[in-house]
Amino acid sequence: MDIAIKDIIKKENLVYTKTKLMTDNVLSYCPGCGHGTAHRITMEVVDEKGIQEQTIGIAPVGCSVLAYEFMNIDMVQAAHGRAPAVATGIKRVMPEKYVFTYQGDGDLAAIGTSETIHACNRGENITIIFINNGIYGMTGGQMAPTTLAGMKTSTSPFGRDLHSMGNPLKITELVAQLPGTYYVTRQAVHTPAAVRKAKRAVRKAFELQAENKGVTFVEIVSNCNSGWKMPPVQANEWMEENMFPFYPLGDIKVDGELVKK
Amino acid sequence: MGELKLMKGNEAIAEAAIREGVDAYFGYPITPQSEVIEYLMMEKPHERTGMVVLQAESELAAINMVYGAASVGRKVFTSSSSPGISLYQEGISYIAGAELPCVIANVVRGGPGLGTIQPSQADYFQTVKGGGHGDYRLFTLAPSSVQEMADFIELGFEIAFKYRNPVMILSDGMIGQMMEKVELKDQKPRWSADEIKAMHGSWATIGKPESRERNIITSLDLDPHKQEKHNHHLQAKYRQMEKEEVRYETFDTDDAEYLIVAYGSSARIAQKTIMLAREKGIKVGLLRPITLYPFPEKPLAELASRMKGVLSVEMSAGQMVEDVRLAVGCSDIPVEHFGRYGGVIHSPDEVLEALEQKIIGGK
Repeated sequence: MDIAIKDIIKKENLVYTKTKLMTDNVLSYCPGCGHGTAHRITMEVVDEKGIQEQTIGIAPVGCSVLAYEFMNIDMVQAAHGRAPAVATGIKRVMPEKYVFTYQGDGDLAAIGTSETIHACNRGENITIIFINNGIYGMTGGQMAPTTLAGMKTSTSPFGRDLHSMGNPLKITELVAQLPGTYYVTRQAVHTPAAVRKAKRAVRKAFELQAENKGVTFVEIVSNCNSGWKMPPVQANEWMEENMFPFYPLGDIKVDGELVKK
Repeated sequence: MGELKLMKGNEAIAEAAIREGVDAYFGYPITPQSEVIEYLMMEKPHERTGMVVLQAESELAAINMVYGAASVGRKVFTSSSSPGISLYQEGISYIAGAELPCVIANVVRGGPGLGTIQPSQADYFQTVKGGGHGDYRLFTLAPSSVQEMADFIELGFEIAFKYRNPVMILSDGMIGQMMEKVELKDQKPRWSADEIKAMHGSWATIGKPESRERNIITSLDLDPHKQEKHNHHLQAKYRQMEKEEVRYETFDTDDAEYLIVAYGSSARIAQKTIMLAREKGIKVGLLRPITLYPFPEKPLAELASRMKGVLSVEMSAGQMVEDVRLAVGCSDIPVEHFGRYGGVIHSPDEVLEALEQKIIGGK
């Protein structure tokens, strides 16, 4: 039986299409990385809400430094760690816009800790999307503030020694303590079910932004198969077994109230 | 005539920013310029014009808030003093690289390090030679009076938007703290969203309609050939500034045999020195650079060609004197530096003594 591709590509067979809010540029991310999915769900939310013209994104320094090449919206590239300050500057002069930052763990939880804490504490009406893969991917796999105890990286080649290198930072639980955050959640994008939940969280974060109730903060625990030196499937399994126990998924703060565990 | 007030330089620059129709001020307190943000907070510009004033958690945050608000085509102003301006350098480099307009004021104090809170002009190198990383230039205006602190806000934004480049108002603790009569301009309305869209919609990240390609504010290009091309574009802009935007003032130069070059506070002091010198029969004139970058090298070279000697006077160990020497070029006349520094202000008599010893006696 000969079936050509052209016989399969028909309107009635179409179950999914790429959102127009992702450009046609080839993603710079490694195959198996969660960034592409996190980009896509963010842009799907902007598309579905019909707020392309009302949305301004801030790209960080790190693997997602080129996010503006992939997201089809107006974007600003920020210096390392400064995205929440840049977002503050934009939102304060354009309060009617949806402003979000998209930051990795080194950007948000190491060099940008001050900007993160203070934007959250002031209750800026912005959304922060935080990709936590426990490593510096862009620079080649160095230790991050969120690197787990004992985890090997190029700057902790014998494993992270808590005594000399400090502890992995649960920045998301930390910002949830601040009165300026309204919705804080931790999600993942490694399974279809997780992607759907993460997308719901991003949508909720954007919807709450319009209500001017403070920072909405979505952490996405993700893999870095290249930095972790694992094939993608194994990286996702390792993430479930090692990252999720330390960084448990689920809502941390809802409607301005900490979720009781 | 505009409204006349007796104000500190720091207050005058803040009031001028409100009247200019500035959209936002972001800053962090530091002596000797904290009156800028204090004045703005007290004046409630949000009620007067809708201007945003926010005290940031650090200078790093403040300059990046400036970067953000400038990205969306707004008029943004910030101010700090030397140690804080050092922290601004990363942001200034990004702002220059991403071609964003903004006005920054440095009310300079003595350094290095925490230094002192007294006036100084020792941030000249940092301002006009770089400070941050990469091949960029910071357009620099040097006020020598409270009046110019106010006036350079309007001029600064004109230049900043004309070239999409950061503009530095380089004053010092003396100009910031002293009180003088100042004539204030009438209130300008802030730009409306429609005006910003019309004027800056081609580049500002104010939200992408379907009808145009996305606007991106970035200083990054991983392709070195594209980055070099971007640098060519920046350099062409700087050459245009050097050709069209040089500003300076001369004083008593017509019959002068000796020339003092001084900016800001030192230029005020030098004017008194010139009076004292002329009482003694020494014919001295002054060239006051108003723009430090672009430096008035041609007018200086022309003037120097008919002088017997040139004294560069600044409250530093000798920074601008390097540009003075470059402008004067290879010549037999002496070109020397004099200045007190580390927070000490030279007196007119000290400047005259230096002129007599280093230039007149040294010829």
